[in-house]
Amino acid sequence: MKNKLLKISFLLFLFFSIKGYNQNVKLLTINELNERIRNGKDSTYVVNFWATWCAPCIKELPHFEKLAAENKSEKLAVLLVSLDFKSKLASNVIPFVKRKNLKNEVFLLNESSPQEFIDRIDPTWSGSIPATLFIKNDKRKFVESEFTYEQLLTEYKKL
Amino acid sequence: MKKIILLLALAFSAFLSQAQNAVTLKAGDTAPDFKLKNVDNKDVSFSTFKDAKGYIVVFTCNTCPYAIGYEQRIIDLDKKFKSQGYPVIAINPNDPEASTADTFAKMQDLAKDKKYSFPYLFDPGQKITDEYGAKRTPHIFIVSKTAKGNVVEYVGAIDNDPEGNNPQKIKYAEDVIASLKSGQKPAVTQTKEIGCTVKRKAKA
Repeated sequence: MKNKLLKISFLLFLFFSIKGYNQNVKLLTINELNERIRNGKDSTYVVNFWATWCAPCIKELPHFEKLAAENKSEKLAVLLVSLDFKSKLASNVIPFVKRKNLKNEVFLLNESSPQEFIDRIDPTWSGSIPATLFIKNDKRKFVESEFTYEQLLTEYKKL
Repeated sequence: MKKIILLLALAFSAFLSQAQNAVTLKAGDTAPDFKLKNVDNKDVSFSTFKDAKGYIVVFTCNTCPYAIGYEQRIIDLDKKFKSQGYPVIAINPNDPEASTADTFAKMQDLAKDKKYSFPYLFDPGQKITDEYGAKRTPHIFIVSKTAKGNVVEYVGAIDNDPEGNNPQKIKYAEDVIASLKSGQKPAVTQTKEIGCTVKRKAKA
């Protein structure tokens, strides 16, 4: 009996840790983001900037999930970079990512001064979200607006 | 009749797009005066503060995480600078239908809860919001009272640390007032406004 319980709890532990691993949210500086892109194996990167408090961002997140799911065979990585406060990582961001069952890689931006990091992402960015950075090899395109799925797909295909 | 309706529709849509793209004031511009209802139901304008040397006008709200994050710093700005001639005047730029926790009643609750020492004004129709071209909460405009009228001296962020845990933060607003008090023009007159977008009714 005791053995059985142990087994079950071990299986449960395994289940949750695997699940947890898939939905991990890492802190990420701009340098780390640039490295992730430079050293990644994909050729196209779609980096979406969002936050749990931003209603239009939440509305368009499923489009980014769909884009990645429907283009699995292509060398595409969709990175979801949250601009939530770092103090909200455990209380808001991780529960949100779990609840929405997001499959893309999710990060929380580990920078403190927007005055500085906004320009490092793109000098034309006002800082408002949602905003999305498209990178294909040497090409960079930055779009500061909300997407429908069709608009997102069009931007992706245009790269 | 049809023509009139068409003209009206055109005028209305032009007005709408103007509101959406209202140009943000910058240093050197005249700061428009206003007469808006405070949470205590009394009207407030620049002239409410007769002895002021200038004003810290901040567009902020009840709901945005950035506004909430900056709330204590706004309270502290008023505590520190009202007695030096630079009172805080807070204006809520959000449409209460688009953001239901930003109604006048909810503003009253918050001001009472947090014991605001400064006016917290309701802007019906977002008129003053658009005259200033306020885009975010919080969005700060520091104004000085001069012989030529009320002049904008600084527009943008309160400091460079929204989350508020960098001890080396640059306190733009405090630096601007320090310059003005010593009779100098501020070194930095504009930074990026950081916060949530001003909430508007959905476009028809």
